[in-house]
Amino acid sequence: MHTTSTAVLLVAVFGASTVEMVEALTIVVAAGVTRGWRSALEGAAAAVVVLAVIVGAVGVPLVHYVPIDALRVAVGALLLVLGLSWLRKSILRASGLKDLHDEDAIFAATTNELENTPKTASRHGRDGVGFAVAFKGVFLEGTEVVLIVVGLGASQHRLGIAAGAAAAAALLVAAVGAVVAKQLSQVPENTIKLTVGTMLASFGLFWVGEGAGVHWPGSDLAILALVGLFALVTFVSITVLRAGRPPITQSSGVLVHGSTDR
Amino acid sequence: MRVITQGLRAFGHFWWDFLIGDAPEFFVASAVIVVLALLLRHHRQAAYIVIPLVTVLVLVTSTFRAARRARRA
Repeated sequence: MHTTSTAVLLVAVFGASTVEMVEALTIVVAAGVTRGWRSALEGAAAAVVVLAVIVGAVGVPLVHYVPIDALRVAVGALLLVLGLSWLRKSILRASGLKDLHDEDAIFAATTNELENTPKTASRHGRDGVGFAVAFKGVFLEGTEVVLIVVGLGASQHRLGIAAGAAAAAALLVAAVGAVVAKQLSQVPENTIKLTVGTMLASFGLFWVGEGAGVHWPGSDLAILALVGLFALVTFVSITVLRAGRPPITQSSGVLVHGSTDR
Repeated sequence: MRVITQGLRAFGHFWWDFLIGDAPEFFVASAVIVVLALLLRHHRQAAYIVIPLVTVLVLVTSTFRAARRARRA
């Protein structure tokens, strides 16, 4: 019975973490190229440490001290908000009605901005701006991952598994980024976001029901039925919207570093 | 003191952006769905039909409204 929810949890956390880490990598690479790699990598590492501390400091007490039903309702509602937002944005992007998240454009905008900022080297040769930009980028993008890890992990008492899946995704993105030595603009972010949005919305709805005392038919298998429902609605919505007017041309939707872009 | 104020403001801004953002209807809908789930917890069949249906309706309505706005822009 728990295999289904654990499998969906792993895929959802891994996918969400991959999307957010690709966005973070773009900012770290931009900071590294323009301000020096030492400062950028130290900023990114510091942010990862802070995020790990938050997972431990918030997640562990949640698991041990908050009544499970209350936790599931609260977490379910949060996941539902996040999942529906991601789904709506992904549907609009897949239909050509919203600009795709363009990592190349974000990289160019961030690089341009950082090149025009004066160097602020410290005694140890560290550039404060590079450190701060990399820290902020990883921290902001990682905060959503932390919410998903703590939410999904705590509500199923599988915080370790959720944190492990997020860490694996972060390592994978960092490793691939290091090998290709650039931001990963070829990653199909919108497809991943659409898949993860479907799962987050399904999990959210499932936990809201379970926490409130509604016992879903088939228990954990109901998650798969909800995933199927949201996938069907998504597919139909994209098909109908694509059949409408011609899509807009890709133009301005560049997000600067620091935007959470949920 | 200034650092604390800035930190608190950034924290509040993150949560506002996260929960409300450009789709406040999802925040309201989630609250409504929680209330519906609590009200219908003793009526299982009604609950697992009504709750997903309301969620799907909110998603579709919000998405198509945003699509209409995007086409007008």
